[in-house]
Amino acid sequence: MKPPPLGYTRPESVAAALAALAADAGARVLAGGQSLVPLMSMRLAAPDVLVDINRLTELSYVEVAGGQVRVGALARHSEVLASPVAAAAQPLLRQALRFVAHPAIRNRGTTVGSIVHADPAGEMPAVLALLAGNVLVASAAGHRSIPAGEFFLGPLESAVQPGELATEVQFPVLPGPAAGTGFAEISRRRGDYAVCGVAVLAWLAADGRIGGAKAAYLSVGPSPVVLDLTEAVAGGAADAGSFPAAAGLARARLEPWPDIHATAGYRRQLAGVLTGRALGEALSQARETVDA
Amino acid sequence: MSSGEELHEVRLTVNGTAAVARVPARRLLSDCIRHDLRLTGTHVGCEHGVCGACTILLDGAPVRSCLLLAVSADGAEITTVEGLAEPDGRLSPVQQAFLECHGLQCGFCTSGFLTTITAGLRDVPDPDDEQAREMIGGNLCRCTGYQNILASVHRAADIARERAAAGPA
Repeated sequence: MKPPPLGYTRPESVAAALAALAADAGARVLAGGQSLVPLMSMRLAAPDVLVDINRLTELSYVEVAGGQVRVGALARHSEVLASPVAAAAQPLLRQALRFVAHPAIRNRGTTVGSIVHADPAGEMPAVLALLAGNVLVASAAGHRSIPAGEFFLGPLESAVQPGELATEVQFPVLPGPAAGTGFAEISRRRGDYAVCGVAVLAWLAADGRIGGAKAAYLSVGPSPVVLDLTEAVAGGAADAGSFPAAAGLARARLEPWPDIHATAGYRRQLAGVLTGRALGEALSQARETVDA
Repeated sequence: MSSGEELHEVRLTVNGTAAVARVPARRLLSDCIRHDLRLTGTHVGCEHGVCGACTILLDGAPVRSCLLLAVSADGAEITTVEGLAEPDGRLSPVQQAFLECHGLQCGFCTSGFLTTITAGLRDVPDPDDEQAREMIGGNLCRCTGYQNILASVHRAADIARERAAAGPA
């Protein structure tokens, strides 16, 4: 359970980091390391060189600008969780981050890192997918912005290529008043990987009834699965009466797989129940913003 | 132990004292603390971030030392279980509470609980039961059934208050 021999460099600037990444196709970025270090210890990852970005403090920001919560590559989960501006602009971040591992992991792990890691059981990839955010990526050749819909290619596989550094993730803010978010998941042990989880964004129409809703699921596919729940819930009263139709749509559309932790049928059942819970939280938040 | 590998100098402040180690890049911080710095109070259980036994305080915040490379912690201030006691040698409130409440049996997981709860009570000085459970949710103990550890969290909060009220020892 020790990492293999590896090279190491700790650049003091983004430009130096990009040069180091460009110099070796086998180089990998080390940010919080909360997924990468155990992968190396289990010899599932063996980078030639680690490019440690922990000195790039210019990337440790959490700010709201241009309708986006912008999270820099060195912002720890705990810093995003504690950010009042982030929580006010997009409450789903705080709702989901509470479920990301344990405080000791969140103190070191980065939100951008967990998204690049692209674990299908990860909470933050599902949040980014639901909100249709973007990932900013830099390399020695220039910059690009990757939409969430094109970012998650499969289990532990994102669109970030060798030589590239994901510098920022952008989460769109809550779309105006009368919108709300919710998050629910079930894990065997507190802080463990979710057997199933769901993030929901819902919004009300002018008459106070449900305008529409979207959900993103974790641990039910190779990458986050986004479902539009609108056809099941639009026009209904913004209360628990909408849960069965939303749950039914989730159960019908999702195709979870069985593994050692749960059968496919159990995951499908959980997806339905959790859809109702997260939708309930989202609707109640949306009603509060209307009442406020 | 690491012949032929490039060594990196790592400067740390460990329990208030400056320390220097020369380690290969792959050296886990947990191994650096135990093998290079010879502080064996930090225990290594699962070595992949699940059990919490190796939890230390890095610049005051609890982290898993098995999920950090020592070289990446260069310049940091770390606190291990050896650094928790009061300056006068008295047990810290959390240590005293574990003693009083029988918060340990075999003791393997204890240093991780002590560091975790020390930092946890700094953030939440008067936790209710749910907050106490949340505080220790990332640490595994295979002996106690956790009830005495929960009692220790509450007792530690009491002791810290009693000591603060009594003034400096």
